[in-house]
Amino acid sequence: MADDYILELDDVSKFFGTVIALQGVTLRLKRGEVHCLLGDNGAGKSTLIKTLAGVHQPSSGDYRVEGESVKFKSPREALDRGIATVYQDLALVPLMSVARNFFAGREPRRRLFGVINVLDMKYANETARDKLAEMGIHVRDAGQPVGTMSGGERQCLAIARAIHFGAKVLILDEPTAALGVKQSCNVLKLIHKARERGISVIFITHNVHHAYPIADSFTLLNRGQSMGTFSKADITKEEVLDMMAGGTEIQSLVDELEGRAA
Amino acid sequence: MSAINESVTNMIQRQRANAQEAPKPTDERVRKISPWRVLLDRPELGSIAGTILVFVFFAFTAGDSGMFALDGVINWAKVAAYLGILAVGACLLMIAGEFDLSIGSMIGFAGVVVAIPPMYLGWPLWASVIAAFVVCMALGALNGYLVIRTKLPSFIVTLAFMFILRGLTLVLSTTFANSTIVSGVGSKFDEAPFVHALFSGTTLHGFFAFLSAHGVIESFPNGEPVVGGIPKVLLWWIALAVVAGFVLARTRFGNWIYTVGGDANAAKNVGVPVRRVKISLFVLTAFCACLFGVLQVAEFGSAASDRGLQKEFEAIIAVVIGGTLLTGGFGSVIGACFGAIIFGVVQIGISYTNIDSDWYRVFLGGMLLVAVLFNHYIRSRAASTK
Repeated sequence: MADDYILELDDVSKFFGTVIALQGVTLRLKRGEVHCLLGDNGAGKSTLIKTLAGVHQPSSGDYRVEGESVKFKSPREALDRGIATVYQDLALVPLMSVARNFFAGREPRRRLFGVINVLDMKYANETARDKLAEMGIHVRDAGQPVGTMSGGERQCLAIARAIHFGAKVLILDEPTAALGVKQSCNVLKLIHKARERGISVIFITHNVHHAYPIADSFTLLNRGQSMGTFSKADITKEEVLDMMAGGTEIQSLVDELEGRAA
Repeated sequence: MSAINESVTNMIQRQRANAQEAPKPTDERVRKISPWRVLLDRPELGSIAGTILVFVFFAFTAGDSGMFALDGVINWAKVAAYLGILAVGACLLMIAGEFDLSIGSMIGFAGVVVAIPPMYLGWPLWASVIAAFVVCMALGALNGYLVIRTKLPSFIVTLAFMFILRGLTLVLSTTFANSTIVSGVGSKFDEAPFVHALFSGTTLHGFFAFLSAHGVIESFPNGEPVVGGIPKVLLWWIALAVVAGFVLARTRFGNWIYTVGGDANAAKNVGVPVRRVKISLFVLTAFCACLFGVLQVAEFGSAASDRGLQKEFEAIIAVVIGGTLLTGGFGSVIGACFGAIIFGVVQIGISYTNIDSDWYRVFLGGMLLVAVLFNHYIRSRAASTK
């Protein structure tokens, strides 16, 4: 049933001149699942998410959203279809307040004296605070600059913002890459909360320990090709680790260091 | 499902349950911040403190010299107002992360564009005033377009226009007037009621005459009040500052200005029209420079090719003293206005004291340095977890 999939890439390839960034990748995202995209550096993760986000157009293959074939010309169009991407830079301005960041580009407005359009800061402050609280982030004051928040809180703010503005699919680009253990855990909890609300999540990472607990299924990328999609029931953490290029190489490094080199 | 999987699911559920059991009405991490710290986070604090300092200084050194009498106040307020007009535009542009170094030259250029057509080409004055605004704003748009298109620093692009416009001003005035000064425009202003009403002289003359007749303010021996009214330049400054301050703090466009200056890439990713914001602010800055030029021609009755020299730097100094970051994303119009007041008070005030007026620039340079250091401290505080 194609309808079960909110987002599908079917045999998608992407070429940049002579470089083959993606070769025949197929990826299917079910409604309300957390789908983990794993791969080492250079595996094509970035190209894949940029294709999903509408930054790149596939060179060949089909991209379907809710069963309907789409060709996004810009990230804006993908966003209008409810596909929101949270990049690693988060698109937050540290010097601006939490509320102003939350609504940047989509400011709530009201009419002053019935004629002048002004920002509805009261609504912005309250909404930003409430939405973050729903996500388990208790900001002290929505007027505080984002610069005063921790990395994990910023990540959560960016995700909460995407959810608030109607994301049906959240694409998270290495959300835990720069975070400590506890903050990573908070972000994983947030992903879990998003899933509970029926939002589908594509979670890009190269950290299996972050990916395995939260994910429902995995797609492994290696050198531009998909090594297959596995549901969690079918695969163990160790197998996932092994399938990533790093797994066997780290084992051989360990062997070498311990003087057991082949 | 594997064992790991189950334990993880349990963990997540446990954590959720915990979170629900303990709703945090008071976050233990909320820290009391003293009102002093809150005040420190305001961009305009430095310039308000500086203004008070400057007032106190002159109250002691020139308190009885007439500097704070009504005519003295009008004197320095006019200087502040001229610079303030420029600073309002420069402030918004700088918050959006760009500079315009061509505004000083544009003042001179706007002056000759206003003065030459009525004097040598037979145009009515109102037409040349409109032409000056149109040409200057188009040049502002061109500045902005080039900056965005080439992605070069606005410093370089507008530096080029600083020279181009200064040169053009000189060429125009020597070609038509055979001199670096185009004089005799004053009478044209007197003959053009509409232009005169907008840019020339003072307003509220009746009110001031009434005050002087009742001895509230001083009069000349002939019965005219020493101050004939509020100079138009002051009204323009106040109006511009109020509108710009309101737009910046309260409107969507203001939020865009902050976002664009804070991180242009982030702004683009959240759907802010970065190009439109930046170009329109270059146009605003050019408008302010042109307004400065027109008001000055109206006041002096002449245009000169060296008008507005170094005004771009003075405007930037006023803006920086006002707490706006050179790198953009943070600042306030009110701060820039206080920066302009400091300029006016120091420039005029120093002649009321026994201090040699050559010290004026030393003083302002020092002020700038202190302001930049202060801003740097504020920013490192705002952008860090403290």
